[in-house]
Amino acid sequence: FLGAGGGNDIQWCFSQVKGAVDDDVAEADIISTVEFNHSGELLATGDKGGRVVIFQQEQENKTQPHSRGEYNVYSTFQSHEPEFDYLKSLEIEEKINKIRWLPQKNAAQFLLSTNDKTIKLWKISERDKRPEGYNLKEEDGRYRDPTTVTTLRVPVFRPMDLMVEASPRRIFANAHTYHINSISINSDYETYLSADDLRINLWHLEITDRSFNIVDIKPANMEELTEVITAAEFHPNSCSTFVYSSSKGTIRLCDMRASALCDRHSKLFEEPEDPSNRSFFSEIISSISDVKFSHSGRYMMTRDYLSVKIWDLNMENRPVETYQVHEYLRSKLCSLYENDCIFDKFECCWNGSDRQVGFLPLCTSDYSLIVMTGSYNNFFRMFDRNTKRDITLEASRENNKPRTVLKPRKVCASGKRKKDEISVDSLDFNKKILHTAWHPKENIIAVATTNNLYIFQDKMN
Amino acid sequence: MFVRGLKRKCFDGEEDIEGTLAGIKAIPSYNLQRQSLLDMSLVKLQLCHMLVEPNLCRSVLIANTVRQIQEEMTQDGTWQMINTQSTGQASLDRLVSTDILCRSSRDQAEGKHGPAYGTFSKDFESDQAQDSSETMSTASSVQAPRNLQSNVWEMENPQENKGNFQKSLDQIFETLENKSPNSVEDLFSEVDNSYYDLDTMLTGMMSNSKMGHCDSLETFSSPTNTASNSNCKSDLNDLDHIVEILVES
Repeated sequence: FLGAGGGNDIQWCFSQVKGAVDDDVAEADIISTVEFNHSGELLATGDKGGRVVIFQQEQENKTQPHSRGEYNVYSTFQSHEPEFDYLKSLEIEEKINKIRWLPQKNAAQFLLSTNDKTIKLWKISERDKRPEGYNLKEEDGRYRDPTTVTTLRVPVFRPMDLMVEASPRRIFANAHTYHINSISINSDYETYLSADDLRINLWHLEITDRSFNIVDIKPANMEELTEVITAAEFHPNSCSTFVYSSSKGTIRLCDMRASALCDRHSKLFEEPEDPSNRSFFSEIISSISDVKFSHSGRYMMTRDYLSVKIWDLNMENRPVETYQVHEYLRSKLCSLYENDCIFDKFECCWNGSDRQVGFLPLCTSDYSLIVMTGSYNNFFRMFDRNTKRDITLEASRENNKPRTVLKPRKVCASGKRKKDEISVDSLDFNKKILHTAWHPKENIIAVATTNNLYIFQDKMN
Repeated sequence: MFVRGLKRKCFDGEEDIEGTLAGIKAIPSYNLQRQSLLDMSLVKLQLCHMLVEPNLCRSVLIANTVRQIQEEMTQDGTWQMINTQSTGQASLDRLVSTDILCRSSRDQAEGKHGPAYGTFSKDFESDQAQDSSETMSTASSVQAPRNLQSNVWEMENPQENKGNFQKSLDQIFETLENKSPNSVEDLFSEVDNSYYDLDTMLTGMMSNSKMGHCDSLETFSSPTNTASNSNCKSDLNDLDHIVEILVES
């Protein structure tokens, strides 16, 4: 279905699933973020229990050239612990809200992980050699009796079983009064931003005792508070440009060169409301839960409760494309408000640069052509900007035959339900896919259900 | 998924229910739906059962919804109408019924946090203090003297808390009785920490909540200072009294 004409459709197949099979989900195991690193070799997940699990892709198997490497556990570590804020008498959750990888500069890998209040820079390094042949120590560490030393030798490195170590290199704390929802690394690879409900701060990766406040939307009188920041991201190429989205469905683009405090946006993206769809829930469903720049930075994509919108940075007054994720929920908004599902924050992501997706006339340097986002009942959706076709797939253990193409799903909004369709009322609203990620270079996707991580790949040949 | 209709009130009796199929409820009037939504929203703002700070985005969105309904009702004139119609008793009933409504759906979607708008507005006052104590050397200005003042206000007044507690409770009822069009603003002002304790314990006492509010409240009070301990105890006594009133009505 997906491709730039020529029938280069991607057919998604189940590859792997990680996590407990148990129906009884332990709260700490709930996945809260998923992110590939820049090469796609590593896939990180964060969970509600404050842990980070990193999977590594196996090297391509020479005997099976048509199968992409599997992901296996590479490292697991406790990134954040629960804390107690004594001033407010409240707990600070250890849940990992976001993980962002730094591009690799040397043998070690670095990532930023954040909970509600504190960001940490973690170094993940491998150790596969150890020194042996000390003069004054035995192999087990005991000191030798110096009188028994009759010759001198130079210690050498000998191979050992691979050990992957994670160590916190920087801790960026005490800069956020409100809950951090986003972190984004600048294209200069030296600075990054962190955004909470009301403020955005700029950090230098080397400096932990100082950060600069670049956006502050806190009103002088908190009773006047009607809007919060929901997501923020740096432009992929322009290191002075970033955007942030709000709970009122607006996106502001700011230029840090304009002033120290970017309270006045350079651009404001907002679609006028459709009067025919107006309801008491209009504002809530317009609240943007995620914003992602396209590869070139010419476009950006936003996710609100019912749709995904694609914006051209040169056009502020409306999106260039809108895709309905689950329009059949529009008539159920009251129930979804009642059970709080209306506040679920779905993320969205672009495809990677795999050639099979094709290149295209919209903007030749921008290969961001496919949008992926999650929904309920463990469904996730993809939209092809070229063909305008879309597909609904399900992340379920029942589909777990490798190399078998996933069967598209369909939700029946009303009226007679066809065979194989699922009616809206049978959807399981506890099974939500909030986090998805696309390998930067290959057609491999990671889809997180509540506590399981599914990996799907395209069927090669 | 919910296939439930909205509760029908007696003044809605004009609806013709003859001819509807068994099990299908008649669609309630717009006003009724709107009122129900308002009640639900107010309860959502008030319910808080947590040790963790509530989601500010959610609180703001719900508060905006409440304002919207209120504005519309003010324009309609229905705001005043409800004010004269309902007695104190009826509005208490409504509080209880929407509470049960939301609690059952909350039990279904466990793990979801309701907003502590008590804490939300407590933020309003105390975050002046938070800013300077928590933020290290940011480019914004430091507010040290205010920091000290607010801290004192926060930690030292169990007596004052008790008084505020009663005042906060009055505010819930007042809102439902719609004494003034500005009640939404009233909701946000002057509500303090112990306010959310009321609701935590109220919902915990009214049912066997799976979330174990009372349990979490107990663990919450034990390791910290004695001032808050005695605070909770006096609140509990007030609470018993209030629950008795509610249950008897």
